[in-house]
Amino acid sequence: MRHLSDKALTRLRAGAELPDLSGTRYRLMGQVARGGMGVVYAAEDEKLQRRVALKVLEVPGADGELASRLMREARVLARLEHPGIVPVHDVGTLADGRVFYTMKFVEGQRLDEYLKTVESIPDRLRIFLRVCDPVAFAHARGVLHRDIKPANIMVGSFGEVLVMDWGLAKIVVQAGGGALQDADATLFESPQAISADNDTTQASVITGHGTVLGTPGYMSPEQARGEVGSLDGRSDIFSLGALLRFMLNERNAHGPVPRLDKSLGAICARASAQQPALRYATVQDLALDVSRYLDGLAVVAHRESVFERAARVYRRYRFFILLIAAYLLMRLMLLLVLKR
Amino acid sequence: MSHDAYSGGGRFPATRWSVIAAARSADVAERAHALEALCAAYWKPVYKYVRLRWNRVAADAQDLTQGFFSELLGRELLSRFDANKSRLRTYLRVCVDSFVMNEDKAARRQKRGGNSQHVALDFAAAEEELGAAAIDAASLASPESLEEFFEKEWVRSLFALAVEDLRQLCVATQRERTFQLFEAYDLEGDDHISYQRLAAEYGIAVTDVTNTLAWARREFRKIALGRLRELCSTEDEFLREAKAVFGWDPQ
Repeated sequence: MRHLSDKALTRLRAGAELPDLSGTRYRLMGQVARGGMGVVYAAEDEKLQRRVALKVLEVPGADGELASRLMREARVLARLEHPGIVPVHDVGTLADGRVFYTMKFVEGQRLDEYLKTVESIPDRLRIFLRVCDPVAFAHARGVLHRDIKPANIMVGSFGEVLVMDWGLAKIVVQAGGGALQDADATLFESPQAISADNDTTQASVITGHGTVLGTPGYMSPEQARGEVGSLDGRSDIFSLGALLRFMLNERNAHGPVPRLDKSLGAICARASAQQPALRYATVQDLALDVSRYLDGLAVVAHRESVFERAARVYRRYRFFILLIAAYLLMRLMLLLVLKR
Repeated sequence: MSHDAYSGGGRFPATRWSVIAAARSADVAERAHALEALCAAYWKPVYKYVRLRWNRVAADAQDLTQGFFSELLGRELLSRFDANKSRLRTYLRVCVDSFVMNEDKAARRQKRGGNSQHVALDFAAAEEELGAAAIDAASLASPESLEEFFEKEWVRSLFALAVEDLRQLCVATQRERTFQLFEAYDLEGDDHISYQRLAAEYGIAVTDVTNTLAWARREFRKIALGRLRELCSTEDEFLREAKAVFGWDPQ
């Protein structure tokens, strides 16, 4: 048997790791990122002559759990056509047996890096609102993200905000009454009703009851406890609350850690309350409260004292208040001068 | 050895594809098969480890290596292995350590009976590799370096087996030139080799070299993963080991 040198080992590893794109329309350009589920490469679509991002599993096999998850991620993305969600172009299995999908190549920065260049709190809040949009859209389509965190938000070179990495997404079905019904629970209760090509079937297999998936610090308590069956949109709202707190506390490249306003603190606290019932009911409600703050209005999450209300009204109408005060002062001075 | 043997995850039946499962089987032939598979992947790392870690002369290390694999099944060491607690190779390394220590205490050659199973191992080749590698035994003092050394030798052994399987596959399917190209580009370690040079040497187009090497790497990967799957007892362990073997960052 042949002895392999260290150099040969390195070459064999490198050669075996690269995805085999023979027989596809893609040409490998380089590695972009590596995640828990797979590796993302930049590739050129030779037919359309454009750059795409190609996400591929590290291990071959189209019938394993990871392969199902990657396939499901591609299908979830395909059903979510929104400017804040990366569009999927193609999905399949490579010649080496690894499952892959291609998507739009996004040039930009991760949110945690991008925030270092954003000083103003209102600007950060506007970015946060643009994160809420696709998440609310996904909820309306019956999809929970389940892994919202700074590393999964990209800010493109034109300021577009994209929610990435839907690998842990959970598909829930919209019941007739409008409430989100847990597809997993239904399927587990009556497995004979599962259709082989039903997308939600895969969701139930993958997410399964009792499986803990997510990122500590951003994962809701119920998600961390593995209560997959009872998860709903409020679990993502918890993550959005944690994300908002991160965005407001994150120090920019030069300045100190910003001081958190009481109303903003209350919004964060309400969004990431331990009990789902105490959180905002929908992502729109959360976004609306943030918008109210931006407009200088009272937020739902915080009951103001008289002084706080006065201070807020002053901040909102500062120009007019100062103008009126200046006018009144001038009148007063004029009166005093004329009296002499 | 058929090509298909590796495509589905190894040479064991689908329900019992792991050597660990086979080693726990009541069937003597299956257990012997398991020992053979384990030996093939681990004997060189074990031998080199004993030579360097325990500073044994070649004859001593050969005897200990033979003895270790004989006892591996005899004492049902594998039945105590728990994939949830450790990796197989770490478990085996620890077993080697305790085996060597125990053998030291009890005059091993006399103790081991004539009924122990001996496996034909090419110790001369292993000695040659050790000489070529010129490893400093003093550098293996820390537990991390021992683990690292054992892992690297294990990967080398696994890849060498996979390369041999690939060579046999190429011969069986009349793709000798494919193996020659693979050998020249991926195994020789020549820094100046290029697809263009290989294409000129073999009188073929560069795209043919690209396609041929892609095929060979794909098969190599498939074979190596098939062999690896045999050596793991759970899917989780297999995924962890696949990451370790191919140099991926464990997540």
